[in-house]
Amino acid sequence: MYALEIKDLKKTYSNKVEALKGIDLNVSKGDFFALLGPNGAGKSTVIGIISSLVNKSSGHVKVCGIDIDENFSLAKSKLGVVNQEFNFSQFEKVIDIIVTQAGYYGVDYKTAVERAEKYLKKLGLWDKRNDQARMLSGGQKRRIMIIKAMIHEPELLILDEPTAGVDIELRRSLWDFLLEINQQGTTIILTTHYLEEAENLCRNIAIIDGGDIIENTSMNSLLKQIDDQVFIVETEKVVPKDFSLPGYPVQDISENKFSVILKKNKNLNDLFKAQELEDLNVKNIRNQTNRLEELFVKLTSKNE
Amino acid sequence: MNNLQALKTLSYANVRRILRIWIQTIVPPAITTALYFLIFGALIGRRIGEMPGYEGLSYIEFMVPGLIMLSVITNSYANVASAFFGTKFQKSIEEILVSPMPSWAIMCGFLVGGIARGFLVGLVVVVTSLFFVQITIDNFTLTLLSILLTSILFSLLGLLNGIYAKSFDDVSIVPTFVLTPLIYLGGIFYSINILPEEWQLISQINPILYIVNFFRYAMLGSSEIDPLIGICLISAFTIVSFLLAYHLIRKGVGIRD
Repeated sequence: MYALEIKDLKKTYSNKVEALKGIDLNVSKGDFFALLGPNGAGKSTVIGIISSLVNKSSGHVKVCGIDIDENFSLAKSKLGVVNQEFNFSQFEKVIDIIVTQAGYYGVDYKTAVERAEKYLKKLGLWDKRNDQARMLSGGQKRRIMIIKAMIHEPELLILDEPTAGVDIELRRSLWDFLLEINQQGTTIILTTHYLEEAENLCRNIAIIDGGDIIENTSMNSLLKQIDDQVFIVETEKVVPKDFSLPGYPVQDISENKFSVILKKNKNLNDLFKAQELEDLNVKNIRNQTNRLEELFVKLTSKNE
Repeated sequence: MNNLQALKTLSYANVRRILRIWIQTIVPPAITTALYFLIFGALIGRRIGEMPGYEGLSYIEFMVPGLIMLSVITNSYANVASAFFGTKFQKSIEEILVSPMPSWAIMCGFLVGGIARGFLVGLVVVVTSLFFVQITIDNFTLTLLSILLTSILFSLLGLLNGIYAKSFDDVSIVPTFVLTPLIYLGGIFYSINILPEEWQLISQINPILYIVNFFRYAMLGSSEIDPLIGICLISAFTIVSFLLAYHLIRKGVGIRD
């Protein structure tokens, strides 16, 4: 059973920009799914169509098995959306924004207030409930967006760059929250520019570029596609200028540091066992860049 | 999906907005009306004396229904136009659009705000007028009905303005250049019987004239135009505006890409 089914979805805006060229995408129930792509790739258009903010040109979309062309209201009741931009009245009180949003979904006032309390406490905003939204920080406003999307307890939650511009501590607490609700059964689709975020949270991934899906697979299979990984090795002893490691190309040699390339067919354990490394008294080894980031750049630049 | 709960929520949010910014929504009509009564009623009106065609009615008494209608029309219109455009401008319209709320409930939620402001401001004008003149209402039910119908109609017109508006200028152009001249030339301050014949004919193409006279009939028991024309005109315009606004919202004009 799919939480989201998209078939041959196309969108051409009134200014003739072809944002989606006929994409197919399925997201299973209970999944934590990443939808990645560079700016202007079509991610927000997909989300806009699913949530009725954008009219599709053609194609089919089903949310939790319900076709949006047949019963959009019912489909929308299963869906929660966290948009990129803050889309609530900055002059309203936090509690009013959330309870009002619940009301739009037909949640009665008493239940709305109970849920608002639950989520405000969970995301650390209970003390701010009577403040006007404009008085809150960017991170706090971001949390309001998430609570708003969760207040009717949807089966599918779509988050469009939910952690953009929030500090590391808050980002990690939001990750914990999202993992918790995913474990409780909510399907999550996430778009983000922080690829580390997608790598840590998501089980499956689709990459969209230029209005087409260019990759749609599990996170593990995608990461297996990575050919080379670069590790930076820091040593206590000075690295000789002509230093080499048999089977492992070495580059960027400086006094107490060098980089080593680990090919896809090589094993990290064998590298650690190399006598040459032991002779240099290795202090630290770390991955040079985010693996998914490397692959993302490679895949999307191929499409240019 | 509980559509009535959604409608109740949106209606309440719109009424809450009026009360939150009461200094912009409720106070100005009270001050403006008080000035109208003072200058045109108490000072100039005293020299005019009895209104021709309205036996025993002073100018200030003649003016009261017109000023109530002026406030109801402008405030119902402005409320929905600015509230709807404001939600578009702040993007909070997305909160409504992503929800399962049907198009009719979205429309009615905004209309309730316009009607509420029409009634509230109408009440404020009545209270203000009591400081200057004794008011007697000939037909209370018809008076309430005419305020209700007028506020529904102008809320709908305000909604249409809000749907098409792309900037704050667009929200003020229609009230300034269309609505205000029509209202002021619609027999609020004068009887069209005092106009030369050709101007009387021109005045008769102004729909506001019929609306004001319908209300004047409801309040005072007499008017210079058959009130039936007024009620038919308001009803016809209301039905057409409702269907048009419903079609536009359903299609997503001005609110969906």
